[in-house]
Amino acid sequence: MNWSWFPEYFPLLLQGMWLTIQLLALSMVFGLIIAVPVGLVQITGPRWLGAIARGYCTVMRGTPLLVQLWLLYFGLGSVFASYPEIRQSVFWPILREGYFYAVLAFSLNEGGYAGEIMRGAFLSVPRGELESARAFGMSPWQVLRRIWLPRAFRNVLPTLAGETVLMLKATPLAATVTVLDIFGVILRVRQNTYLTYEPLLLAAALYMVLTLIVTQMFSRIEGQVPSRR
Amino acid sequence: MAAAADLVGGMFPEILSFGEKGFGDELLRGTQYTLLIAACAYLLGVALGLLGAAAKLYGGPISRGIGVLYTSIVRSVPELVLILILYFAGTRGFNTLLGFFGAGPVEVNATLAAIVVLGVVQGAYHTEVFRAAILAVPPGLIEAGRAFGMGRLLIFRRIIGPAMLPNAIPGLSNLWLIVIKDTALVAVVGNVELLSITASAAAFTKKYMLFYLTTALIYLTITLVSGYLISLLERHYRRGQTRLA
Repeated sequence: MNWSWFPEYFPLLLQGMWLTIQLLALSMVFGLIIAVPVGLVQITGPRWLGAIARGYCTVMRGTPLLVQLWLLYFGLGSVFASYPEIRQSVFWPILREGYFYAVLAFSLNEGGYAGEIMRGAFLSVPRGELESARAFGMSPWQVLRRIWLPRAFRNVLPTLAGETVLMLKATPLAATVTVLDIFGVILRVRQNTYLTYEPLLLAAALYMVLTLIVTQMFSRIEGQVPSRR
Repeated sequence: MAAAADLVGGMFPEILSFGEKGFGDELLRGTQYTLLIAACAYLLGVALGLLGAAAKLYGGPISRGIGVLYTSIVRSVPELVLILILYFAGTRGFNTLLGFFGAGPVEVNATLAAIVVLGVVQGAYHTEVFRAAILAVPPGLIEAGRAFGMGRLLIFRRIIGPAMLPNAIPGLSNLWLIVIKDTALVAVVGNVELLSITASAAAFTKKYMLFYLTTALIYLTITLVSGYLISLLERHYRRGQTRLA
């Protein structure tokens, strides 16, 4: 075992760790922002909107995330690059980064998975609670904001914790589109030092620690949300 | 189809056609390899899962410890990292073993390596599915078998096996869909399955959008057809269970 490279790459690894956490947080937040309407329209929305949402979930859950990521990075990226208007725009520094496509692909993907979860979550809230909210004169928007959404979230918090761990384990895919997250740094170490195992074992250990932190965080949140069980 | 052809620049028919001018046959071969890798890895996963569940449920302290270690490590490390570790460790370990028997190092078949690697990853998830399914079998059934004088193996074959199967099917079908999608990760180390062929075809022709969309569609077709077949299977195996609510 040769760990002499470790001090040299330590700062880079810290940055990679930060980038991984960023990727995870952004994808989960954007994913949930997508998931709430996707889940909701399948229950209360007009039928055509529900059908679109269902189709979206099917596509996101039915194709590998790596294909989605490469489709966006190479496919969409090459389309963007072919328009001079886009290349000269102020957005280009963002649009040419692998980081942007990683967050985009992960969020869209998470939106599909979490959308399906939120659909079940909205269904799991007892009808009577929604009816009594309406009886108090709340508008549909108030019912959603005060009763339906919080109750739905509480019910699926454990599932979302599992989903977050799955997302964490998907983030190293970003390294295939030049993002220097933990895995990207590890790949660079491998390239520069010709070591086979040591960097990979470190990566495994780091991801295990992160998994532990995420599960601990969620169990703490779960403990704080009141529930009668 | 004409609209689709316009969308991708009129190259749709030719570049995806079979034969020398198109990549149709290459993509088809990639799809076959993807299915082959997925199916074999899945079967290996089932075998490892049954072993793992048996170890975790009925094993002594050592085999139980190995089972716990196996499932908790594999399930908390990203598949991509595991695939690289197992791929390099596997090929080197295999060659060390060969060297031990006096044979020279060989190039390990990439397909076989992919199958073993994905199978080992799947096995951990299968272990949990089987463990939960076996735990859900009513103990009365097992006691009844014991009362009839059945041995442990016979009880497993005649009672636990058939009784746990309906419980396991949702988890098993999920894992099948997961393994299909996980084969795409092998593209990072190998060059036989669908996604790696797509990547090289796309880079070669610069038609990124076209090739990745086609491949996404192929994966989607596989998962949709699988989903349909699974629903038939599930109905068959659940026929003995009473419907809840």
